[in-house]
Amino acid sequence: MTGGRTRARYQLAIEALVTTTPQGRNAGYGLMPEHQRICELCIEIKSLAEIAALMRMPLGVARVMVGDMAESGLIAVQQPGSAEGKPDLALLERVLLGLRNL
Amino acid sequence: MDFATSSAGYAAPAPSGPTTSVKIVVAGGFGVGKTTFVGAVSEISPLTTEAVMTAASDGIDDLSKVPDKTTTTVAMDFGRVSLDRELILYLFGTPGQNRFWFMWDDLTRGAIGAVVLVDTRRLADCFAAIDYFEDAGLPYIIAVNCFDGVLSHEMDDVREALSVQADVPIVTCDARSRESTKLTLIRLVEHAMSRFAAMR
Ligand SMILES: Nc1nc2c(ncn2[C@@H]2O[C@H](COP(=O)(O)OP(=O)(O)OP(=O)(O)O)[C@@H](O)[C@H]2O)c(=O)[nH]1
Ligand SMILES: [Mg+2]
Repeated sequence: MTGGRTRARYQLAIEALVTTTPQGRNAGYGLMPEHQRICELCIEIKSLAEIAALMRMPLGVARVMVGDMAESGLIAVQQPGSAEGKPDLALLERVLLGLRNL
Repeated sequence: MDFATSSAGYAAPAPSGPTTSVKIVVAGGFGVGKTTFVGAVSEISPLTTEAVMTAASDGIDDLSKVPDKTTTTVAMDFGRVSLDRELILYLFGTPGQNRFWFMWDDLTRGAIGAVVLVDTRRLADCFAAIDYFEDAGLPYIIAVNCFDGVLSHEMDDVREALSVQADVPIVTCDARSRESTKLTLIRLVEHAMSRFAAMR
């Protein structure tokens, strides 16, 4: 568990997606102001990069904060892509279709 | 390989499940149109995120331009495109100064591939990016940004001048046009797919 914690933090991709959990939505006043703002931001799904940009935080700071918040259950993190960290063929097909339909 | 045909019947709704993200890198020399490209297709106006490099000197070749030599901030622009209800594409423009390599691993890890934007008047500006993607084994295509229209003989010379392999697509694009950037991205994804197929 502790090993996973460090790993999860440092491997968090810049495009990893973050959503506020019900716990995060209800947490309210007890939270640090930054945590509270991230909980508000991520009611609509955001990437780590968007969180850093909108919070005006360096990427590394946002990455640590998001890792901490995920651990305390305030937000849920969805790492991108597929198994080996590379988009697989099925995902690429979906991307292609999505681009064609733009 | 024609993926237009193979994927024509693929109209099934996206599998329901958690929303997934993918990313594409937009690279190229200083002022070549990276931010313009990202903005042309993004559904949000491009955002900027910053990364801080501490205890610099490694990777920076011109310290005279860096007032505080112990920390350096590198900014990169990015945009977002919702491809279906559960799939978001992020486009990341590389920092204009190619020398900030410490950002590039973060940018390229897990990426679909890269669009290398090229200005034919300053071809050499993209060499470093091409070398990086070659080394990383990341699929990339060359997109010549047609600032003032590109003569066909220039296009012929581009592949040779960049000495990229025959299977690397070279296209022209107008970074200001949504349609043109969209087609460029499609070309990249097709290229990534053919690389994938070749590897199995
Ligand atoms: N005429 C013309 N101008 C363009 C085109 N693409 C970009 N520009 C202009 O070129 C300038 C530089 O474009 P940017 O998109 O900022 O380039 P960049 O690669 O993001 O620049 P840096 O981030 O500073 O390296 C801007 O003034 C753009 O409006 C194009 O296709 N045609
Ligand atoms: Mg730019």
